[in-house]
Amino acid sequence: MATGIEPAPQSGPTGVRDASRAAIPARHLRTDRWWLAPAGTAAGLLAFVVYSTWRAFANADYYHAPYVSPFYSPCLAANCHPMRGGPNWEVFGSWWGLSPALLILIFPLGFRLTCYYYRKAYYRGFWASPPACAVAEPHRRYTGETRFPLILQNVHRYFFYFAVLVAGVLTYDTVLTFRDDHYRWGHMGLGSLVFLANIVLIWAYTLSCHSCRHIVGGRLRHFSKHPVRYRLWGWVSTLNARHMQLAWASLISVAVADFYVFLLAGGAFEDPRFF
Amino acid sequence: MSERQAEQRPGGSYPAHFRVWRGDADGGELRDYEVEVHEGEVVLDIIHRLQATQAPDLAVRWNCKAGKCGSCSAEINGRPRLMCMTRMSVFTRAETVTVTPMRTFPVLRDLVTDVSFNYTKAREIPAFVPPADLGPGEYRMRQEDVNRSQEFRKCIECFLCQNTCHVVRDHEENKDAFAGPRFLMRIAELDMHPLDAAPALGLDRRRTAQDGHGLGYCNITKCCTEVCPEHIKITDNALIPLKERAADRKYDPLVWLGNKIRRRTE
Amino acid sequence: MAHVDRQTWDVVVVGAGGAGLRAAIEAREAGMRTAVICKSLFGKAHTVMAEGGIAASMGNANEHDTWQVHFRDTLRGGKFLNHWRMAELHAREAPDRVWELETWGALFDRTPDGRISQRNFGGHEYPRLAHVGDRTGLELIRTLQQKIVSLQQEDQRVSGSYEEGLKVFQECTVTRVLKTGGKVSGVFAYDRESGRFFVLEAPAVVLATGGIGKSFKVTSNSWEYTGDGHALALLAGAPLINMEFVQFHPTGMVWPPSVKGILVTESVRGDGGVLRNSDGKRFMFDYVPDVFKEKYAETEAEGDRWYDDPDRNRRPPELLPRDEVARAINAEVKAGRGSPHGGVFLDVSTRMPAEVIKRRLPSMHHQFKELADVDITAEPMEVGPTCHYVMGGVEVDPDTAAATGVPGLFAAGEVAGGMHGSNRLGGNSLSDLLVFGRRAGLYAAEYVTALHARPPAEARDIDAAEAEALRPFSAEETGGPAENPYALHQELQQAMNDLVGIIRREEEMAEALSRLAALRVRAHRAGVEGHRQYNPGWHLALDLRNMLLVSECVARAALTRTESRGGHTRDDYPEMDRRWRNVNLVCELADGPDGGGDPDPARGRIRLTRRETPPIRRDLLELFEQDELVKYLTDEELSR
Repeated sequence: MATGIEPAPQSGPTGVRDASRAAIPARHLRTDRWWLAPAGTAAGLLAFVVYSTWRAFANADYYHAPYVSPFYSPCLAANCHPMRGGPNWEVFGSWWGLSPALLILIFPLGFRLTCYYYRKAYYRGFWASPPACAVAEPHRRYTGETRFPLILQNVHRYFFYFAVLVAGVLTYDTVLTFRDDHYRWGHMGLGSLVFLANIVLIWAYTLSCHSCRHIVGGRLRHFSKHPVRYRLWGWVSTLNARHMQLAWASLISVAVADFYVFLLAGGAFEDPRFF
Repeated sequence: MSERQAEQRPGGSYPAHFRVWRGDADGGELRDYEVEVHEGEVVLDIIHRLQATQAPDLAVRWNCKAGKCGSCSAEINGRPRLMCMTRMSVFTRAETVTVTPMRTFPVLRDLVTDVSFNYTKAREIPAFVPPADLGPGEYRMRQEDVNRSQEFRKCIECFLCQNTCHVVRDHEENKDAFAGPRFLMRIAELDMHPLDAAPALGLDRRRTAQDGHGLGYCNITKCCTEVCPEHIKITDNALIPLKERAADRKYDPLVWLGNKIRRRTE
Repeated sequence: MAHVDRQTWDVVVVGAGGAGLRAAIEAREAGMRTAVICKSLFGKAHTVMAEGGIAASMGNANEHDTWQVHFRDTLRGGKFLNHWRMAELHAREAPDRVWELETWGALFDRTPDGRISQRNFGGHEYPRLAHVGDRTGLELIRTLQQKIVSLQQEDQRVSGSYEEGLKVFQECTVTRVLKTGGKVSGVFAYDRESGRFFVLEAPAVVLATGGIGKSFKVTSNSWEYTGDGHALALLAGAPLINMEFVQFHPTGMVWPPSVKGILVTESVRGDGGVLRNSDGKRFMFDYVPDVFKEKYAETEAEGDRWYDDPDRNRRPPELLPRDEVARAINAEVKAGRGSPHGGVFLDVSTRMPAEVIKRRLPSMHHQFKELADVDITAEPMEVGPTCHYVMGGVEVDPDTAAATGVPGLFAAGEVAGGMHGSNRLGGNSLSDLLVFGRRAGLYAAEYVTALHARPPAEARDIDAAEAEALRPFSAEETGGPAENPYALHQELQQAMNDLVGIIRREEEMAEALSRLAALRVRAHRAGVEGHRQYNPGWHLALDLRNMLLVSECVARAALTRTESRGGHTRDDYPEMDRRWRNVNLVCELADGPDGGGDPDPARGRIRLTRRETPPIRRDLLELFEQDELVKYLTDEELSR
């Protein structure tokens, strides 16, 4: 263990029922609906996982000129739908037979999985560790993020670097939406707005990341000696205070953008064009 | 319940139903009390009224009664709070208000717990190291450089964060290895202090936070921030930055490499 | 007695507030094995409630500030009753004490060039208060606490034990200072948690127990402020001085009732807040007394300009010394121009943008929001006077903080008298704690070092102390029904509040003394239920002895002083009288320290004597203009 102190195995009741603590049999005495937040979080995350898994493995309906689903961008295999001027880079060549989404989704997935907000959300929602404040968790042992695999949460900053690259590509995709379906520039449809909203939220979420806050300025000891970084840190800190809201908003917006492309590609309706 | 509500008295006072944990290390129980509540009162007022009228030996720890000293920490309807800052108006008149001691520390008597865990941990955090080359009166620090540590120094040591943190609340065995949010925040405070000279002594607060004080146990589920009566952003401003700083030291090969090269060129 | 645990220390400090901790640090650094005893947990002392700042003439905000100016302000604030030597030492040493805190890790608010920022406060000519928002006391306590921990860490590296050279006995109460052969030999104490008695034998005891506010109903003080140190000193044979001077802070909360008395920091006014009555008038302009006429603005416009241009304008009268403002508020309320809940309005909402208020007065914003549902950025606060501080206390030697007449006994901080005269300036308390806390620790160590033999605590005294502490458990045996200590305490508070409060009259104080006598008889029978383990009823029953002793001092001295000065205002003698300028009223135990094992409780226990104070040193007097001195000094003094 990282701390060098191996906890002694406990026999008998532990935690709030430990013999030294006030003798109260209840796991908790909360009278409010404390389960609502973790249940809601779990349901929301689960819905997204189901949706995104289906869409990632579908390997279809992800391109409708000029829109490419953010789940499939950049597209790194040879089996991608050809996208003119779009994010096709056949890095993986032709041996890759599965959905190309799987290649790229690892990065945003890793970014979100190790994100300090999502960690809280799923530790509480799925692991019940703890389910809510002052509500006893059901686990007998707890070592937190001190050992494998959870010690890997410390690599969050690398996923942040990748997330910046991915966000760059998605920005490029958004620029491409200002074309019509014959790839002529200077046009715009409802989808462009959807993409625009999505990319703003993606950037806001990415830049509000705690690792970003640290890299930009948090690691400094003397802000006064680095006025530019201090100002950047201030901006990132303001965003960071909304990290949870941005995490959810960008999660929803990315699914909406994908779903929008799915509907267009499946021919459910025509993209309303503004000009 | 409706009967009690009907029993309204002049001046906005009303009888409330309280359940207070009475007992000691050998055992105890939640005991029921009917007690008068007046307008504008807080839970601590009601506990004092119980003492003065019905339970003179009811043990409770308190001091300033203004949310500044952090003595009257307890759990009210299962939520860790300061009794002096919990107004009765947040409860409905029909509601039973349950008051128990903090459930993470050994109970002494009634609402009083043995908080020595916290004092033990406080001693294990290496103190501020004054810079060798500066005498008293020569310290120059910019406001923007002290803001972060000043936020943490708002801490009134009520120990509600220590109490609510599941790492020790639910796992007695982790108490040895884990300093708790309050004292990890203290490490962050010192590490962000613009003039702390710990590095000159070879003391790396970031590394020891992870290795000696159990930073890795924290899974940033933010209950410490939720219960903080001073509204200190413990998780976002202290614990996560400290985790990032520890990552600089221990888990970031780029930083490691950079330091290596810089040391060589120096 | 075999069953009372005894330990030996070099210096015992009673109280772990600013003065106690500072004394302990100094004694430990002088090589003494030092024990600190406190009633609360370590770090919870009442000092945390101090909000505004630490007064020290560092000259960071205004370079004209010097110790002489600070000295002058202090004497003016105390209406020249201060012990001049204490005021001098205080003003000279305060900056060093503040700077030293920085080397222990304190983080004060900063000036733009990185020095310690200083703010304005009532009675201080220049911005002088080092501060951290409005939680300066917390910063002070935490810094001293962490310094103590760092000393313990040093000890641990050397000896293997954190508590080898410096130990804090938290949640313990001292009930007697023990003496042997006229000298201090230790303290008798009980552990609140277990109820166990113990004796700490030590040749030097530093009292740093704070004040007496809990004898009054409306007070900003916490339960600890039961005058323990004052009473311990009296019982050990040391005299108290200036006990008639009790400071009523002008701005305490008045609503809701459960928080009545909680402090609203003076920084609210220092940063621009104004007082208004129900007509919306800034009434303080009507209450500038003659002695201060030239120093305060006459119009609102001038007062407002002062915040930005203090060199060419005079300060607004909201920043008069506390006694003046408290009396003014009292008069406005009596004249029917008060706020709905019997106070006046203190307004910052129309004076500063909400953001500035939240940044400069965060804990006030928080306190009103959470306790009174009032948003101070949008509406005025309602405030009224609250018992805040006692200027009187143990008579001490100014340089060494040694109590008069009891070798080995020292006192520092609020429990010591003389420093603040008849009225303390805001900000002078925290600096007082540091300056005289350090001196008490230093000279206690010096005293112990010079001692040839240590007086041992005597078994007879320990037995007597134990019997006294146990009496509440057998109250019925003393004849008559047992009395409820809570009820007694409430009656005491009511009596002191109504009869010896902010405005005093002869008949009322006589009435107070007779009520105190009756309470003393009943307190003799104060009984408690249950056992000794963490029993608050028992603790209160024991504290009653101290509160009754101290209250009697206040009432007797107030009755005797036939003038109004600082924290002592007589309705029947409304003017300041120069003939009282150099007179201290000294309280001593009537039946002597050792003769009064169990005297008749109906008899008064305090003997009062007048004592002339030493003349102010010439060079210090010369800091004042002659036409100012004539307002204070007797003709005889002026001619010297």
